[in-house]
Amino acid sequence: MSSVYEPEHEIDIAWCPGCGNFRIIEAVKAALDQLDLDPDKVVFVSGIGQAAKTPQYLNVHYLNGLHGRSLPVATAIKATNRDLMVVAESGDGCMYGEGGNHFIHAIRRNPDITNIVHNNMVYGLTKGQASPTSARGFVTPVQTLGVSSEPFNPLSVAIALNASFVGRAFAGDVEQTAQIIVSAINHKGYALVDILQNCVSFNKVNTYQWYKEHTYYLDESYNPTDRDAAFSKAVEEDKFALGILYINGQNPVFEEGLAAYAENDTPLYMRGIDLDRIRALMDSMRA
Amino acid sequence: MVFKPGDDISIVISGQAGQGLQTLESLLTRIFKLSGYHVYSCSEFMSRIRGGNNSTQIRVSSRRVASCTKRIDIFVPIHQGAMERFHDRITHETVILGQKDIVESRYLEQGYAFIEIPLKELSGRAGGAVYANLIMTGVLSGLFYVERQLMEDEVGRFFSGADNKRTQGDILAAGIGYEAGSSLLKPGQASIAIERADDVRHELLMNGIDAVGMGGLAGGCNFVSAYPMSPSTGLLVFFARHAADSGVVVEQAEDEISAVNMALGSWYAGGRALITTSGGGYALMTEGVSLAGCIESPLVIHIGQRPGPATGLPTRTEQADLNLVLYSGHGEFPRVILAPGTIEQGFFLARHAFYLAEKYQVPVFILTDQHYLESRYNVMDLDESMVLDQRYIVKTEPGYKRYALTQSGVSPRGIPGFGGGRVRADSDEHDEHGFITEDAGVRKSMVEKRLKKHDALCDEILPPVLIGPQDYQCLLVGWGSTFHAAKEALEILGRDDTAFLHFSQVYPLAREAGQYLERAKKRIIIENNATSQFGTLLRQYTGFGFDGRIMKFDGTPFMPDEVADELRSMLLKED
Ligand SMILES: Cc1ncc(C[n+]2csc(CCOP(=O)(O)OP(=O)(O)O)c2C)c(N)n1
Ligand code: SF4
Ligand SMILES: [Mg+2]
Repeated sequence: MSSVYEPEHEIDIAWCPGCGNFRIIEAVKAALDQLDLDPDKVVFVSGIGQAAKTPQYLNVHYLNGLHGRSLPVATAIKATNRDLMVVAESGDGCMYGEGGNHFIHAIRRNPDITNIVHNNMVYGLTKGQASPTSARGFVTPVQTLGVSSEPFNPLSVAIALNASFVGRAFAGDVEQTAQIIVSAINHKGYALVDILQNCVSFNKVNTYQWYKEHTYYLDESYNPTDRDAAFSKAVEEDKFALGILYINGQNPVFEEGLAAYAENDTPLYMRGIDLDRIRALMDSMRA
Repeated sequence: MVFKPGDDISIVISGQAGQGLQTLESLLTRIFKLSGYHVYSCSEFMSRIRGGNNSTQIRVSSRRVASCTKRIDIFVPIHQGAMERFHDRITHETVILGQKDIVESRYLEQGYAFIEIPLKELSGRAGGAVYANLIMTGVLSGLFYVERQLMEDEVGRFFSGADNKRTQGDILAAGIGYEAGSSLLKPGQASIAIERADDVRHELLMNGIDAVGMGGLAGGCNFVSAYPMSPSTGLLVFFARHAADSGVVVEQAEDEISAVNMALGSWYAGGRALITTSGGGYALMTEGVSLAGCIESPLVIHIGQRPGPATGLPTRTEQADLNLVLYSGHGEFPRVILAPGTIEQGFFLARHAFYLAEKYQVPVFILTDQHYLESRYNVMDLDESMVLDQRYIVKTEPGYKRYALTQSGVSPRGIPGFGGGRVRADSDEHDEHGFITEDAGVRKSMVEKRLKKHDALCDEILPPVLIGPQDYQCLLVGWGSTFHAAKEALEILGRDDTAFLHFSQVYPLAREAGQYLERAKKRIIIENNATSQFGTLLRQYTGFGFDGRIMKFDGTPFMPDEVADELRSMLLKED
C-alpha cells in the first residue's frame, strides 16, 4: 500500500544511492501512516543540509528554513495553531551545531513537537567536515589531524535537561525506527529521536556495518522513567543503546500554558480584532 | 522669590538610580494631566540599577508640549552630586528647589534663585529617605495648585497593588510634601501662571512604547517573540502585560536569532507576529529577515535605536541604524522602513506596518529610538476604529501553489491547516509550488516576482509632512524622533521663510521628496547621528544634497531651544 504521504509530483531526489536517508524517510512515512492523523494538519520544519531536504520528498506542509533554526520555527507554529502536528527534522550539524542553543531551549520549553535528527556524524551537504557528533580522531579535509573535541552527546544533554522524551534509532532498521517515531509523535511534549545514519559519501568510519556492530536495543526490563538509568545508558560509548531511553511526562507543555489560550482555544488565524477591548485599553490611558 | 510668569515650565528632577524617579515621573505627569495641564516628560538614565545620576524632565504648560528643552525653570536635586551634569543648563533664570546641603555652594554664593525644601526632615517625618520621591511629588503638586484629593487618589491608585501600610505611607509622604509646596505659594514668594484646559483631563497620556504597542494591537498583533535589549524591552513588557486580555502569545526567546525565526513560524501558521530589539540584537536577526524575503513572509520588526557601535551607550539615544536596516539581509528583496516622530504616528504606523507586511508579504520595520520610546505626553483621541480586520490569507485547494506568479508579484498566501492544499515555504530558491529548484529560468522569474512587490509598495508610500510656509526659502529636513524638537525650534525662530519637512516613511521614499528639496534655496538636514545617513539616502534618491547639517551624536536627543540657536546662526550667515 502506498503512503498518503508519498509525494504526488515527480521528485528528483538529491541523496546519494545507498544513503541512510532513504531508510529514514521510509520509516517516517511508515510512522505517519500508522498514526491517526489528518494529513492536512501535518507540518514539517527543517533547516539546511541533506537531511533537511526530507520534507521535500513528502506530501506534507513544510517550512524549509535556515540552517540551524528549525526548532524556534516549529515551536512557534505549534504555539500559533495547536491543532497542527509539528515535526522538526534535520541533520546533526543543523540541530546540534548551528542550532545548539535552540536545541537546549526547545527542550526546556517543552512544546508538543517531535524533533527528528539524522545523525550521520558528519556534514554531508558541505562535503565531509566534522559535525558536533563526529568521534575524536575523525579525519576530514578541515580536521586534517583528526577531530580533537569531545563529541556532543545529544541524549545525555537532553536527559540532563529533563527532556520529556528521548529516543535513539538506527536508520538501518526501518521498522523499529518507525515504532520509535510513532511513540515520539504520540508523546505529549517535546520528543527527541536521534537517528544514527550512515553517510556513504563522507563518513567511511561510521558505516552501516559499523552501526550494526555498535548498537543494541534496550530490552523489556528497561525502565525509561528512571532518569539515572537513562543517563547511564546515554553516556555509554562502546555501544549505543537504541529505543526509548527516557520519558518524563511531568513537565508542563509550552503552548498549553500560554496566556493567549487561557480563555480562547481557537488557533490565532481564526481570531479577529476586538475593537471593544482596544477601546477599553485606550480609555485606561486617559486616567 | 517669584517664578517667571511663564506659561510653560520645565522641571528637571535629578536623582540616583533607586530613588524612584520613574514613579515620580509617572505620578506627576498623570496628576498634572488630570488637573488640566498639558504635560511632557522624558527620563534619561545610566546603564546601572543603583547610584550614578539619572534625571527626568517634566514640562507643564498651557499649550501642547511634546519635546524636552535645554531650558530648566525649576531644578530639583535630590541627592549629593545631582547638579554636576547640569552646570551648563542651570542659569540665573532657573529656580533651584531642594535641601540646602545638597545644593552646590557656588550656586548659593553666586545668588542663584533658591527655595529651600527640607527634604531630609520631611522624608523623616514620613518614615525615611525612601519617601523622598513621594515628598517631591507632593511639593510639585502643591506648587502647581493641584487639588489635594486628586493627588492623594492618584498616589493611592498607583500603589494599589502594594500592601496597605506602604500605600498609607506613600499618601502621607505626598501630603507632607503637598503642604510644603503649597505654603510656598504666598504673594511675593512664588506663583505659577499656567492655564488649565478641561479637555486635557480626558486626553490620552502615552509614551512611544504605548503608541507602538497599541498600534500593534490595532493591527492584529497576536504573537511577540523577543530577547531583552534596551531600549526596546518596554514593548516586550507592554505585550506581556496584555498577553491574556488581548490574546497575544508572548515568548522571551533564547536569543534574537530564535526570536526572528519564531516570528516567521508564527506568520507561516497564520499568526501576526512582531519582534522587538535594538541594533545589536537586530544584527543577529538579519539572516532571518533575508529568509522572510525569500519565503515571502510578512514580518513586523520594531527596532529601538541606541548609540553604537557594539554595546555603545545602552540607555541613550541615536538614529544611527538606518543604514543597517536598509541594507541588512543578504540577497535582494523588498522592504519598508517606517519611523514615527509623534505618538499619533507611532500608533498609526505600527498598525500600518501589519497592513503592509501582510498585504505584500514583506518585512516592515518600525524604527524608533530611546528618546521616542520614553517620551510621554498627552494627545487627543487616536482613531482606534481603524483596526485592521482584513486578512490577506486564502483557503487552499489541492494543487495550491504558494508562489504562484501573478501580475503584482503577490501570491495568495495560504496557511497550513486551512484548506486542502499543501503550503510549502522554502529558503532555497523554489518554483511556484515551493519545491527546490536550480532552473535558471525559474530563478529569474522568482527574483522578478519578489522585486515587483517593491513597485506595488511604491503606490502606498506615506508622504512627508510639511510644517510651516509652503513658499519656504529654507527647508529643514528630518525623520523619526526629531519631529517635535525641529517643529518647536521653528516656532521659537518664528521665521516666515523657513519650513520643516518630516519623513515618517524613510523607505521606499515618496516621489514628491525631490520636489520639496528642489524648491528650497537652502536645505538643512537634522539627524541624531554623525554621518547623516538619511541625508545621504535622500541625495541618492533625489539628487539634492544639503547645505547644512545639524547632527548630534553624544547620546542625548535634540532640544528645540538648542536647535533654534543652531538654525539661527546658520541662517544669519546667510542673511
Ligand atoms: C548560516 C549557514 N552556515 C553554513 C551553511 C552551510 N551548510 C549547509 S548544510 C551544512 C551542514 C550540514 O550538515 P548536517 O546538518 O549534519 O546535514 P547533513 O548534510 O549531514 O544531512 C552547512 C555547514 C548554511 N547553509 N547556512
Ligand atoms: S552526502 Fe552522505 S548523508 Fe548526504 S545524501 Fe550522500 S550519503 Fe547521504
Ligand atoms: Mg550530518
